[in-house]
Amino acid sequence: MNRFIGFLTIIVALVLCGDVCLAEDMVQIKGSDTLINMVQKLSEIYMAKKPGTAIAVTGGGSGTGIAGLINKRCDIANASRQIKSSEVEDANKRGVDPKRVVVAIDALSIIVSAQNPVDKLTVDQIGKIYRGEIKNWSEVGGNDLPITLYGRQSNSGTYDFMKENVMLGEYSPNLKSMNGNAQIAEALNQDVSGIGYVGVGYAKEASGIKVLKVATKPGATYYDPMNSIDVKNGKYPITRPLNQYVNGTPKGPVRSFIIFELSEEGQAIVEKEGFFAIPGEYQAYNDQTLGITGTVRDDPMRPKDLGVNDGIG
Amino acid sequence: MAKHNNFKEKFIHGLFFLNGLLVIIVLVGIFVLLVTKSLPAFKEIRFSEFLFKANWNPTATFVTPSYGIGSMLVSTLMVSIGALAIAIPLGIGAAAYLSDVASQRVREIAKPIIEILAGIPSVVIGFLGIVLVGPVIAKIFHIPNGLNALNGSILLAVMALPTIISLSEDALNSVPKSFQEASLALGATHWQTLVRVKIPAALSGIIAASMLGMGRAIGETMTVLMATGCAIAMPTSFLQSVQTMTATIAIELGEVPYNTTHYYALFGIGLVLFIITFIVNMISDIVLHKYQRVLK
Repeated sequence: MNRFIGFLTIIVALVLCGDVCLAEDMVQIKGSDTLINMVQKLSEIYMAKKPGTAIAVTGGGSGTGIAGLINKRCDIANASRQIKSSEVEDANKRGVDPKRVVVAIDALSIIVSAQNPVDKLTVDQIGKIYRGEIKNWSEVGGNDLPITLYGRQSNSGTYDFMKENVMLGEYSPNLKSMNGNAQIAEALNQDVSGIGYVGVGYAKEASGIKVLKVATKPGATYYDPMNSIDVKNGKYPITRPLNQYVNGTPKGPVRSFIIFELSEEGQAIVEKEGFFAIPGEYQAYNDQTLGITGTVRDDPMRPKDLGVNDGIG
Repeated sequence: MAKHNNFKEKFIHGLFFLNGLLVIIVLVGIFVLLVTKSLPAFKEIRFSEFLFKANWNPTATFVTPSYGIGSMLVSTLMVSIGALAIAIPLGIGAAAYLSDVASQRVREIAKPIIEILAGIPSVVIGFLGIVLVGPVIAKIFHIPNGLNALNGSILLAVMALPTIISLSEDALNSVPKSFQEASLALGATHWQTLVRVKIPAALSGIIAASMLGMGRAIGETMTVLMATGCAIAMPTSFLQSVQTMTATIAIELGEVPYNTTHYYALFGIGLVLFIITFIVNMISDIVLHKYQRVLK
């Protein structure tokens, strides 16, 4: 009996401790598979600098992350697409006010096997391929080989982004739905007939694949997503912001972490992970989300100054 | 003292009764949940369309969303039946070997190893499907990739084998010794005894084992999600990518907005799965009971 009471005490103590000593500086981040490696790296470096904060980053797809934010199961939702109006409605119904922060820019890369002779496509061709209208590589200047479509699952923000912004139509039912960027890159390493899309950070890391150059229309110049100048000028046609959604104006550890991500150091990590730092227009947008007004906006050292204001050394 | 013991006895009796009851309550609870959560879907989807059309695209934005699970139903049955076609002959062979041919020592080593096979996480098996089985299939059949129904079948066969082997061996062992002795006394060889006497006598046990294996194969999720390619088109051969019902639920339930037709339709898939596995398990149970009566 005594032992039982001892056991009970330990459990109660653990539960209480869990509430009191863990809850305060625990940040749960969930969502996009495209962002996961980058945000994980950011959080590791942040945690090393600021002991006492625990950040857990998990995947599951943009849709899963946003659903998690709506159900209050995470503090930050990573999303490689923007939130849908239906999701905002759902969130508002549950008393959640989703606010968006843009943390990086991605050049969505169209990849094929390294053995595929095709090295460029137009946006229209990519759309036709994924809608199932172009079925053979010979129709776009390649070998006589049926095209195998690799894409993401419907909980992926990248899946939605492709559909809404590149394909402008529904996916072919023959699309193979893969579990993440890495799995698509791995599949194309083996499959000569395949085509796939991954965040540029993954395209840079993968082996045995080729990243295609993309043009807006036939006759226009083809641009390479690996070329940071073309991406930052907006010349590469399939660029997109990588977002994080939070509930209301962020406070406490969530805010500190986001400010770290947007700082010069954070953005340098973003570039090191293969993605691109955010341009000025998004910085202004982020200031709004963070509730920062006016005066410091034009200061080139702005993020650092903010860091001091918000208590990050 | 006697009184105390009596109380204890009654208490334990009651506790066990409650435990038994709990299982039934949970089962009924799951069934009720599935039915109530999936019923609203059929206000908007015709039931025949749901079951027989192969046009699952609930997140469509450029056309109207459609909810036909026909191709997934076919995919699930294809992958499971394919798995059984591989696992049953192998399983019976292994069981016969263990019960009749292997020496005591080999049996003592082999049986635990087979049981360990049952404990390998399905993610690991799925990973093997991607990096090992897939490329081998691609090479053998000269196709560009090996993410297809055959891959799923092979992996599920591996996962169903421990169940089938272990239960079939029990069935073979419980064939009365007199059967075997009579057969050998009539001049039959060891092989003839095994194939014509023991296996037929244990057949219902073996069938029950196979059905339980199938139950496992139908419900398996992670492995098929990783290895079968997950394409929603209606499959026409084992070398095509398929997406099973379980994979669809696993992929989509995490992000689906609550209380939408899509959400209810996913529970509808769950209900269909529940009914299929329930029928399979019930058949195996009936067969098993019949066989126990025959031998008694």
